[in-house]
Amino acid sequence: MIEIRFHGRGGQGAFTAARLLGVAVTRFDNRYALAFPSFGPERRGSPVLGFIRIDDRKIADRSSITRCDVVVVLDDTLLEPLVLSGLQAGGLLLVNTVSNELPLSIPDHVRAVHVDATALARQYLGRPITNTAMLGALAALSEVVTLQSLLAAVRHEMKGSTAEKNAELLEMTYRALGGQIT
Amino acid sequence: MLGQKAFLSGNEAVAAGVRLARPHVIAAYPITPQTTVIERLAEMVEDESLKAEYLHVESEHSALSACIGASAVGARTFTATSSQGLLYMAECLHYASGGRFPVVMMNANRSLALPWNIYGDQRDSLSLLDCGWIQVYAEDAQESLDLIIQGYAVAEHSDVLTPMMINLDGFVITHTYELVSLPAQQDVDAFLPPFRTVNKMDLDHPMSLAFTAGPAYNQAFKQLQHQAVLAASKVILETEERFGQLFGRYYPGLLETLFCDDAETILVTLGSVAGTVRPVVERLRSLGERVGLVRIRYMRPFPEAEIRKALSGAKAVGVLEKDISFGYEGTVFTNVNSALMRAKVMPPRLLNFVGGLGGKDISAIDIERLFLRLKSPDDGETVEFI
Repeated sequence: MIEIRFHGRGGQGAFTAARLLGVAVTRFDNRYALAFPSFGPERRGSPVLGFIRIDDRKIADRSSITRCDVVVVLDDTLLEPLVLSGLQAGGLLLVNTVSNELPLSIPDHVRAVHVDATALARQYLGRPITNTAMLGALAALSEVVTLQSLLAAVRHEMKGSTAEKNAELLEMTYRALGGQIT
Repeated sequence: MLGQKAFLSGNEAVAAGVRLARPHVIAAYPITPQTTVIERLAEMVEDESLKAEYLHVESEHSALSACIGASAVGARTFTATSSQGLLYMAECLHYASGGRFPVVMMNANRSLALPWNIYGDQRDSLSLLDCGWIQVYAEDAQESLDLIIQGYAVAEHSDVLTPMMINLDGFVITHTYELVSLPAQQDVDAFLPPFRTVNKMDLDHPMSLAFTAGPAYNQAFKQLQHQAVLAASKVILETEERFGQLFGRYYPGLLETLFCDDAETILVTLGSVAGTVRPVVERLRSLGERVGLVRIRYMRPFPEAEIRKALSGAKAVGVLEKDISFGYEGTVFTNVNSALMRAKVMPPRLLNFVGGLGGKDISAIDIERLFLRLKSPDDGETVEFI
């Protein structure tokens, strides 16, 4: 079982990232997933969470996700010690930031990687929406999901030029972080 | 033909099921908290992928009233609600069941004010257990979709003619996305023929509907209503069997058991929290613990005989529920206890656990603690909050 938490602000697509990842692993990778947002009122700009559980068998447990294998942060203004909560030893913290240093002390057992996904998103989408870019980074840095399944999910869930621009952004971020094209 | 698979929320799965069931009339009001079920259905009617009359009414009371009126001319009807909205319908719930109008309604189980809270618990529907509706509780999105399709077959059956409330835990099922198999339309059409009833306004065959009955006759109608809900038990089993043959997904009737045959300690619950219990039971079993799970699916008709059978060999039974009848105990516990008392098969220990109120999380660790608690000899309080 893999458990991932996405941190973002309302409107940045944190939950959409979780849902797209769910489409990728269930529809294109024959696995099972439960994807859900932080429950409650939805407000643009306020901190929101997206969650996903992924497994090779049907997942029954729908209780809150408290332990995480990966934490993805879409907005560096959300960086505070709380984002590390539940992150397991050997876990991955993936942060979108322009800065070269994270304003957070990272425990030794956590692998922290940062990427300027906003710049890439501006370049390929023309707007600073980084959820698909961060999924590309996730595919490059972990075994959670393949690039191919993510690209298929983006093309399945989005339409026309939006789909193509996001697919390109996702692949370019994947490459920028050393992901291999097979 | 095989249907498609899709990654859907519980709400979207319900909307997909409703479209496949081809209702004539959908009436809804977007009260807070409503669900996206009615938004998806409005989009389907707009893009004509669902040919139905969509009535955007001014209240939940009117939404159910409109469904009753439409049902009274022989239309298949649907509405969805949640929490306060369900309570606002309370008067009409009895009109629908008393008039024998087989409306199918989805309810997102959410807490009741005050304090104001939109998160999940089951106080809304369980407080309305006596309104004459069939009540069923789903565990996941697939079961929710399948229950919509089965629901019309059960509710509209001539032996039943009783409305059906399909309950999904708020957020935990309604807003969670998962893989769902979508049945093919022609298979659903074969499973669920158009609604035919004699209980309708028909100029060629005029009859009295929704009438007054004084003391001399009123109780006779109530007895018929009671018999109809009891008769639903058999119709539910037949419907699930027919559904399984056509769609390959078989359901276990009024309740589901997991490892109950030789279990000493059994947890009884309903809704999505059963999914949290399931892996805990499997893990404890692998350690040699004789534990089991009973998931109540239907609260009405109540699985009285099935409860007795499942719990008859247990030494300790806990009933875990997300509601409370203040000043006494949980309503599910009252029902389970009554079924056991009547059969004189009381387990040596029977405890009532109440949790998850207002959306409070119930974790796998909490469930392990409950199994441990059931092994301790302390009889404790009438209700134990977790």
